[in-house]
Amino acid sequence: MADRDSIAAIVAEVIEQLQRTGSVTLPQGERPCCGGEDPCGDITAAACRRISLLDHPEDPEALERMRTKTTARIGVGRAGPRLKTRTLLTLRADHAQARDAVFADVDPALPEKLGLFTVQTQCDSKDTYVTRPDLGRRLSDEAVETLRRRCTPNPDVQIYASDGLSSTAIEANLPNILPVLMDTLRERGLTVGTPFFLRFGRVGAEEQVAEIVGAKVVCVLLGERPGLATAESMSAYIAYNAYVGMPESKRTVVSNIHKDGIAAVEAGAYLAEVICRILEQKASGVDLVK
Amino acid sequence: MADILSVGIDIGTSTTQVVFSRLRMENTAAFFSVPHVSIVGKELVYRGAVHTTPLKTAVLIDGDAVRDIVAAEFRRAGFTPADTDTGAVIITGESARKENAALVLEKLSGFAGEFVVSTAGPDLESVIAGKGSGACQHSIDNECVTVNLDIGGGTTNIAVFDRGETAGKGCLDIGGRLVRITPDRRIESVSPPAERVAQAIGLSLRPGDRADPAALAALTDKMADLLAQALGAAAQEPLLRAVQTPESTWLEPPRNIQAICFSGGVADCIRGGEGEDPFRYGDIGPLLGRSIREGALCRTFPVMEAGETIRATVVGAGTYTTTLSGSTIAYDAGLFPMKNLPVLKLTAEEEVACFQGRPEPLERRLRWFLEQTDDRRAVVSLRGLQDPSYGQLKALARALAQGLDRALPRGVPAIAALECDMAKALGGAMRTALGGRRPVVCIDGVKVTDGDYVDLGRPLMEGLVIPVVVKTLLFG
Repeated sequence: MADRDSIAAIVAEVIEQLQRTGSVTLPQGERPCCGGEDPCGDITAAACRRISLLDHPEDPEALERMRTKTTARIGVGRAGPRLKTRTLLTLRADHAQARDAVFADVDPALPEKLGLFTVQTQCDSKDTYVTRPDLGRRLSDEAVETLRRRCTPNPDVQIYASDGLSSTAIEANLPNILPVLMDTLRERGLTVGTPFFLRFGRVGAEEQVAEIVGAKVVCVLLGERPGLATAESMSAYIAYNAYVGMPESKRTVVSNIHKDGIAAVEAGAYLAEVICRILEQKASGVDLVK
Repeated sequence: MADILSVGIDIGTSTTQVVFSRLRMENTAAFFSVPHVSIVGKELVYRGAVHTTPLKTAVLIDGDAVRDIVAAEFRRAGFTPADTDTGAVIITGESARKENAALVLEKLSGFAGEFVVSTAGPDLESVIAGKGSGACQHSIDNECVTVNLDIGGGTTNIAVFDRGETAGKGCLDIGGRLVRITPDRRIESVSPPAERVAQAIGLSLRPGDRADPAALAALTDKMADLLAQALGAAAQEPLLRAVQTPESTWLEPPRNIQAICFSGGVADCIRGGEGEDPFRYGDIGPLLGRSIREGALCRTFPVMEAGETIRATVVGAGTYTTTLSGSTIAYDAGLFPMKNLPVLKLTAEEEVACFQGRPEPLERRLRWFLEQTDDRRAVVSLRGLQDPSYGQLKALARALAQGLDRALPRGVPAIAALECDMAKALGGAMRTALGGRRPVVCIDGVKVTDGDYVDLGRPLMEGLVIPVVVKTLLFG
């Protein structure tokens, strides 16, 4: 445990310094940024990540090539038995981004801009959402009523988006994937239900959605639990004739939708094809013949 | 998983060969990901004999005799033309003349199966031979720069591989059969490039003269030295330019060469055969081999063992010319195979215009292109974006659809090839923009440029991918 008094003293000093000068001078030694030739102020920026921390590599070019092939933190060197400060800070910054992706709310303007109305599960906050997975699978009474009232009943396909564990993923991908998916499905002559946004939603909520609107196929575009490589990854979970209590094996999943995985627009076009196949075969998940 | 059978036929200056290989394709993506089909295995299933290329005159191939050779090889391999899914007939070296190409195409059309193509050109040959010899793979495995020299009867095809990427290519008129020797050891013929080299060293070679091993060794020493010059192992002299193969690229001496590899018929002569008759093949191949072995090239660079020597080109043609498109693509059924589609690569400015929804620059360029190539069809090639927005996608699709629709003749498919993975979305949007006025083909994972021609084969792996063969030169 750190000494509470000394932390309080440091905080007080920083606040005092801020009030006096409007800025804080950080201790000398470790620079606030990447410390590279082109300081950018953000250790998570791509340019900063490219800087190698390994002292005296045998073959710098080979190291560079290896580093371009993985998001793993290789070639970072060490300080004694531990990570260097830079590596540790980047790691913590990435972790912070991941936590932010989970705990941040999707900007309410986004669903609105895409013409989606918003409903909510039985969770009333992110804290409930994280601690009560069961509530994240059940729609609130109000949500049930709203879907009954506003959604076109019995469509071939019901698409909706949900924050899941990454609001960042929704903000990054939804504006590009949703219109492509809707366009393509409509062109194939399918009836597509009224799309909406479900707040505090887990994958399993799609069964209830499918039952309420009477959709043959339900597809949720959902933010995936962030890792330390990206917080923007989205997945699509698709089910044919979904019902509450349905086994997980009936779900078809397409994952890794983000700018470094499969691009959102391309994923939209691919999903439309998968959905058509599901409708043709009247099956999803492990029953679907690839 | 799926297999395709690929045939390679190489009709060179001195030899004609046939090989069959099996290419194994597999969806290597994780189960929950978008599919990604790639070629995971290449197996040579039949290595034909090395036949002497039948000639009618010094330069004209005997088409009927070539057909008989190929027919016999198919029989011996136990395959019929209908069994082959892809492959390449390539006419190489001094045989690569228009009249020969037309003849071979005509005589071999029955063997061409669904998707066998005719390709050639000294630059492409260099790359194909370097892949067939194993030099390309060596550069990948050892993370280094490996240079392949495929020394045949008429030419030496040079390809520089930098960790698997082609970093340079070139071709010189240096080969083992540039001087032919009669069985009674007289000079039968001297090709013009050999004459130029002989002149440069003050050597007189006339048909009918006695073949003097010492004089001819001086000639092959010079030839070996020219090869060393091409790779920067000796100071370049003007003569090097004089033996550059017409229509080949000038190769700047590559830096950082970590290994060289010899393939082609002369490669076997470099290895040894000391004490044997230097004129045992009726040419100067063994002498050239010895000159190279003892010359600056082998003193300067480490030599790697080639996986294939005399068969490098045919193995390369049969095994390495087919690639696969990306696995999320869009196309209308019933269009394939499509052969010899000329490529129009958009400039950066033209591509930007398309992304902004302006079709005019594309339309102008395409009209000009169709006039220039005298073709009705074209593949429009562009880079694309890694993560395009919906707006960008729509604008691009609209511009491509309009530009292509206005410039292409009625009924001709709108074909686009991209580098970035966005073809399925783009193709779908183009279809909408065209409103069914013409068929659409939109593929990605394909890097082609102006002057290339491509063949698109029948879709494979339940229609996920299209086999693509890129050719850099085509016989008209």
